[in-house]
Amino acid sequence: MSRLQTKLPGLTLKNPIMPASGCFGFGREFSGLYDLSVLGAIMIKATTEEPRFGNPTPRVAETPGGMLNAIGLQNPGLEKVVGNEIPWLSQFDVPIIANVAGSQVEDYVEVARTISKSEYVQALELNISCPNVKTGGIAFGTVPETAKHLTKKVKEVSDVPVYVKLSPNVSNIVEMAKAVEDGGADGLTMINTLLGMRIDLKTGKPILANRTGGLSGPAIKPVAIRMIYEVSQQTTLPIIGMGGISTVEDILEFYMAGASAVAVGTANFANPFICPELIEELDAYLIEHNIDHISDLTGRSWNKDGKRTYHCS
Amino acid sequence: MIKKEWMTVLSQKSIAKNIYELTLEGELVQEMNEPGRFVHLKVNGQMMPLLRRPISIASIDQANSRFTMIYRAEGEGTKLLAEKKAGDTVDVLGPLGNGFPIEEAQPGETAILVGGGIGVPPLYELSKRLNERGVKTIHVLGFQSANVAFYMEKFSELGETYAATVDGTLGTKGFVTDAIHQYNLQADILYSCGPVSMLKALEGLHLTKKGFISLEERMGCGIGACFACVCHTQNDPTGTEYRKVCSDGPVFPIGEVAL
Repeated sequence: MSRLQTKLPGLTLKNPIMPASGCFGFGREFSGLYDLSVLGAIMIKATTEEPRFGNPTPRVAETPGGMLNAIGLQNPGLEKVVGNEIPWLSQFDVPIIANVAGSQVEDYVEVARTISKSEYVQALELNISCPNVKTGGIAFGTVPETAKHLTKKVKEVSDVPVYVKLSPNVSNIVEMAKAVEDGGADGLTMINTLLGMRIDLKTGKPILANRTGGLSGPAIKPVAIRMIYEVSQQTTLPIIGMGGISTVEDILEFYMAGASAVAVGTANFANPFICPELIEELDAYLIEHNIDHISDLTGRSWNKDGKRTYHCS
Repeated sequence: MIKKEWMTVLSQKSIAKNIYELTLEGELVQEMNEPGRFVHLKVNGQMMPLLRRPISIASIDQANSRFTMIYRAEGEGTKLLAEKKAGDTVDVLGPLGNGFPIEEAQPGETAILVGGGIGVPPLYELSKRLNERGVKTIHVLGFQSANVAFYMEKFSELGETYAATVDGTLGTKGFVTDAIHQYNLQADILYSCGPVSMLKALEGLHLTKKGFISLEERMGCGIGACFACVCHTQNDPTGTEYRKVCSDGPVFPIGEVAL
């Protein structure tokens, strides 16, 4: 499967397919279903300094071609993630990308400092795009200057490359991408969920206890494709693309838009075996179509004058 | 072990208003080792509905590799499921969760099984297994009305069976707790599945020394990864303790989770 091998800052991946943060916990549940070592990487659930219970239930609601979630960054806290979850996950031959969250700059810095020092963590994913917490999260991901400042502060303390997870809930995604690039980001992951809502017709009230939630799944794929297409031509940062991927065709589309690797989120819920299935299918597709390497597809859709200075082979 | 299999529909029939009994056949049945666990169904191969549907297992026939579910066709997914006919296939993930511990009831003891509405089905396999073990079972089944009641006869074959309906069209008028009072029912151990309000009322009765309740909740993945179906624990001053209904439950000892 050498046509799938992918090198990104801090990461040497057997293949470019990984479960997205928040859709895979810390890997324990899926480890009972298949060997996690087949995965390109694992983006573990967002970690905050202190344990968080998250939001009241209901926390999920289905939508046409997608779902809303408002989990609220439930996690056991930095100490347990670094002390228990990450060492446990290290038994598998798979790079770990740790998702870092917080309510204020100091929280992010503390989590990034500690978690990046774990010998098992290869990269950080800076979560400035969670729409389901009252403070922090998306508040950092919608104002360019704030995002740049946070990225800079986290870069100062991180021992590993930092990927910034962008929110699609902005009017100018390129501006956000450039801001975090200026802040020293090593890469981008995009997109996080789109803010949405559903109302229960019987009660007349929102279905989610949090009222609003993040929309994910196939419904948001066109938004992700458009944003990756725009951003990839305006920054030199590699992009791990996500947003509704559930088939090989989806992956090809993300690559053609400008992605250098992909993450699978919501599809893990409908089919927990989706990641290993896609890895097999993608390799078979490349062989069948005489494509030497998956990275040959990156940016195939770009304008002729679109620049591309990052090479991921 | 959790498996995913396209299982074949053997039969499907309506057994009460909007209530369906669906029997599937496949190898996955060999993994079904205890009552009270559930399966997670993808009702079609489309993006709508996108997510699986958790449905409890009502009876297991390992010799013939078949199991039966009873569900209410209410939402988009279950309505599509109700259209399945013999010979059709269904994408099944399971068995999931932890079931009712039958070893907690000793031979010769009496177990009271209390179900509410669509929480009744998993009690049927439980009752069969308890009876095989020499445990006497009493059943109290609550429904909104007689037209949505089901399996009264099947439960009667296994032990004393009482019904309660909100409108009084079958059995005691009122709730399961009213039937328990009316007949002064006594037992050594309680097993229950149904709406939280019913479980809470039962918990308050302190009817038995030991008890196990099965919860239902909106789920995402069904295997414990997405944190959609968490609940608080009782006696947790920090407020950060939790249990996942799908993978820590759906069955919990009475007193463990906050209702």
